[in-house]
Formats: sequence, C-alpha cells, structure tokens
Amino acid sequence: MHCEVTSAPIDLQSLIERVRSDTDGAIVVFCGVVRNHDGGRAVVGLTYESYEGMATEKLKRICEEVASRFEVGDIVVTHRVGELGVGEASVGIAVAAPHRDAAYKASREVIERLKREVPIWKRERYVDGEDTWVEGVEPRPADSN
Amino acid sequence: MRVKSLFFAAYRDLLGAAEVEVDLPEGASVRDLVQVIRSRPGGDNFPVSPAVAVNREYCPPDRLLSDGDEVAFIPPVAGG
Repeated sequence: MHCEVTSAPIDLQSLIERVRSDTDGAIVVFCGVVRNHDGGRAVVGLTYESYEGMATEKLKRICEEVASRFEVGDIVVTHRVGELGVGEASVGIAVAAPHRDAAYKASREVIERLKREVPIWKRERYVDGEDTWVEGVEPRPADSN
Repeated sequence: MRVKSLFFAAYRDLLGAAEVEVDLPEGASVRDLVQVIRSRPGGDNFPVSPAVAVNREYCPPDRLLSDGDEVAFIPPVAGG
C-alpha cells in the first residue's frame, strides 16, 4: 500500500511494477487525465494543490479500508500537484488482485472516495487566459466522528 | 491558547492568507474559531460551517480545540 502526492509526472508503468506480485492474476490501472474542455469552455490546463500531509494520510486510509473489503493484493495511488497541461495524468491508481472482479471494484471505490474525501483542489485555466477554482464537493469523510 | 489555522484554495483567496495564528480562550471550539475568522478582512464571505480538519482529521464544528492544534479549513474538494 503506497500513496503519494507529488509534483513529478506520474509513471504508470512504475505503479504497475510496484503492485505486481506472483499471486495476483489481475492488475487494473486507472488514470485520470487533464482534458481540453469543461462545461463548454476550452481548457488549456489544470493547477492542482493539496493539503499535503492530510491528503497522503487520507489516501492511505482509503486504500487500507478498500483492501479490507475486497480480495486484493496491493493498491498504489499517486496524485499529481502543480501545473498540468492537457493530456497529462493527474492521478494514477493501480490495484493488483488474484482475480479481476475485485481489482475493478477496488479501483472504482478508491477513485470515488478520493474525489469525495481527499483534500485536493484544482484551478482550471482557459484558452482565453482566465482561470477559476473548479467547484468541488463538500468532503464526506467515511470516518467523520 | 493559540491555534494555527490553514486556508486552502478558494478560502485562501477569500482571506488573503494561507496560515493565521489565532488566540482563543480555553474551551473554545471550532465554531468559535470560525467566528473569529469571519470577523477578519475578507471573512464576510467565509462559510458559517465549513468542513474542518483538526490535526489532519475531519471533525465536527463542536470539536473543542487545544493549544497548538492545526485547524485546516477544507473547501469543497476536487481531486482526481
């Protein structure tokens, strides 16, 4: 279980190598990518920021909880921060499991929880030079007490 | 007591600061801290009940604070 928030480009092959083991017959890789449009506006890039220490801790906790619900071998998550251009990976998730069903389900749950719970924000930069914070979702932590 | 307040993204823009040290009376809660924040310049538009993490854990507004706590105000999140 390895999670990080980094300004370095995400290397998906290294995520695969990190989760792979001889007992796992499936690896599912999810990659979030910066697209060139949003809400009808032309986008040239996204600028991400995080509450670094908490973001990494939350990601780890999410991975541990997801791993306890599905039969998976390992999960790794890398989220990028800083200025990203169209086509660059903003998040990479790799899940290894003995069988594909658990790998797909776990991967989906990690990204959905990441989007609801992890303190990361992004600013959208448009072709016309404007930029604005992307409207997010109120964090809904599963562990809120 | 003194706590460290952190502001990210839109909240930082609103208040013009990423980090503010705030002195509070003993027994103060997150809600009391929010009131202090809202009285600062730019605080008029700061939410009455924002999401909050104390020492990197989400917590409710009635959470009591202690000296040295790191209180992060978490705008709606947009990772991924």
